[in-house]
Amino acid sequence: MAGQTDMELIKDGVRLDGRKPDELREVKITAGVLDNADGSCYLEWGNNKIYAGVFGPMECHPRHKQKADRAIVQARYTMAPFSVNDRKRPGLDRRSSEISYIVSQAFEKVVMVEEFPKASIRVDMQVVEAHAGTRCAAMTAASVALADAGIPMRDMIPACASGKVNDVVVLDLNKEEDNYGQADLPLAIIPSTGEVVLLQLDGHLTPDQFEEAMDLATSGCMDLYKIMRDALDKSYGGKK
Amino acid sequence: MSSDSVSNLMKGHMESLAAEGKRADGRGINEFREVKIETGMINTAEGSSMVHLGKTKVLCGIKLLIGTPYGDSPGSGTMTTSTELAPLADQSFDPGPPREASIELARVVDRGIRESRMIDFDALCIEHGERVWMVYIDLHILDNGGNLFDCCTLAAAAALSNAKIPNVQHGIADEDVDLPVTCWPISCTFGRLGDTVILDPTSDEESVMSARLTVAHDEDGNIRAAQKGMNGAFTDAEVREAVKTARKSDNVLREALKGI
Repeated sequence: MAGQTDMELIKDGVRLDGRKPDELREVKITAGVLDNADGSCYLEWGNNKIYAGVFGPMECHPRHKQKADRAIVQARYTMAPFSVNDRKRPGLDRRSSEISYIVSQAFEKVVMVEEFPKASIRVDMQVVEAHAGTRCAAMTAASVALADAGIPMRDMIPACASGKVNDVVVLDLNKEEDNYGQADLPLAIIPSTGEVVLLQLDGHLTPDQFEEAMDLATSGCMDLYKIMRDALDKSYGGKK
Repeated sequence: MSSDSVSNLMKGHMESLAAEGKRADGRGINEFREVKIETGMINTAEGSSMVHLGKTKVLCGIKLLIGTPYGDSPGSGTMTTSTELAPLADQSFDPGPPREASIELARVVDRGIRESRMIDFDALCIEHGERVWMVYIDLHILDNGGNLFDCCTLAAAAALSNAKIPNVQHGIADEDVDLPVTCWPISCTFGRLGDTVILDPTSDEESVMSARLTVAHDEDGNIRAAQKGMNGAFTDAEVREAVKTARKSDNVLREALKGI
């Protein structure tokens, strides 16, 4: 968040990429795209491109991470070196580690971990092209991959960010808005209960703008939820 | 199927099939699986490709950055190849630094591309001794269905031939030009299954084979790189035969590459 900027990111209610403030970028989801993974998903969100794969439940390694009464979710978020304009050095950096950690915890809320003591469920998210909003996109893809793997879950968790550009609260920041906007609020919810399982925020929001941003991100998540369900329906819904 | 779940029974089955000139998936012993190549899907990369070889899927991205040349080749660009077995490609994935197998894979692919002089490195010089283009070949394995060597070499070749030098972005010239590509190296990998040598092993075959041989040729039929791997051995005659077979069999991959 660069904070206050002279850059005009929204004009007469239209954003640089032509969207309205409350409009998502186009999201395309395909379940079951990989052969080795127990469940998988390919997701395009605007120009973001992400693969997610799920393995498990299986024996938890390393052993000391096992929980006697439940499974753990081991999520791993990684970005390909060619996914950004400057080549990113391969491997886990601090940002990827943090995202992996909070995403693991978010999924432990919805996955029925109590069914699989001592086990591990691996969720791998591979960003192959990044244009802002990849943690939300990766989580969304991971939810669909978990469902594709047939892992028992209470619900899927759609994730979507809202933010603020030129003092306007908007949904789903694009690259320019992420770089030069005033606030970014990624949110993941459990649609059936309305509970929040992931929330981060950086930037500047007034109390009223925060309320508005929460409302907007929540409605974005609900729109996304429908797209996720449709993708699974397409793979598994049978003939209509 | 994970590698350790293929039983001895399976090993015996595959070996006896191979001895009759047959394979578990119905192919002949010197036949490649179906190959599919797509290019240009990653906008943040200077070149990109996705190659399907049977069930193996590899995504390759090329990045070009400006750097200083090596002291012994002040007028040449540089090239770095890395492979990443994405966690989602294989159940047996361990986190951490690249394993030896992944390093061997990257180095074999690197040699095939480098020694064939596929890239005209001298044309990547911007300022002699000062600034050159550094080519990064990053191979992401999304699905490991066996024979990563050939799939990765093919993906690298396809992505390189699709790459543009980002002159405009770096203020070097007024337009982006194609990366200078001089020839098309293709590798063929063989496995020794019992006493039979097979081409393009699947991951099931890899888990029971004793030795691996990779041979890379250029389009004139000259051999450019080779690597023997795993703890089994080939006879002298098998090696010579495999090199001949590679020269005949790489046509199908070459045609697929030219078709992009």
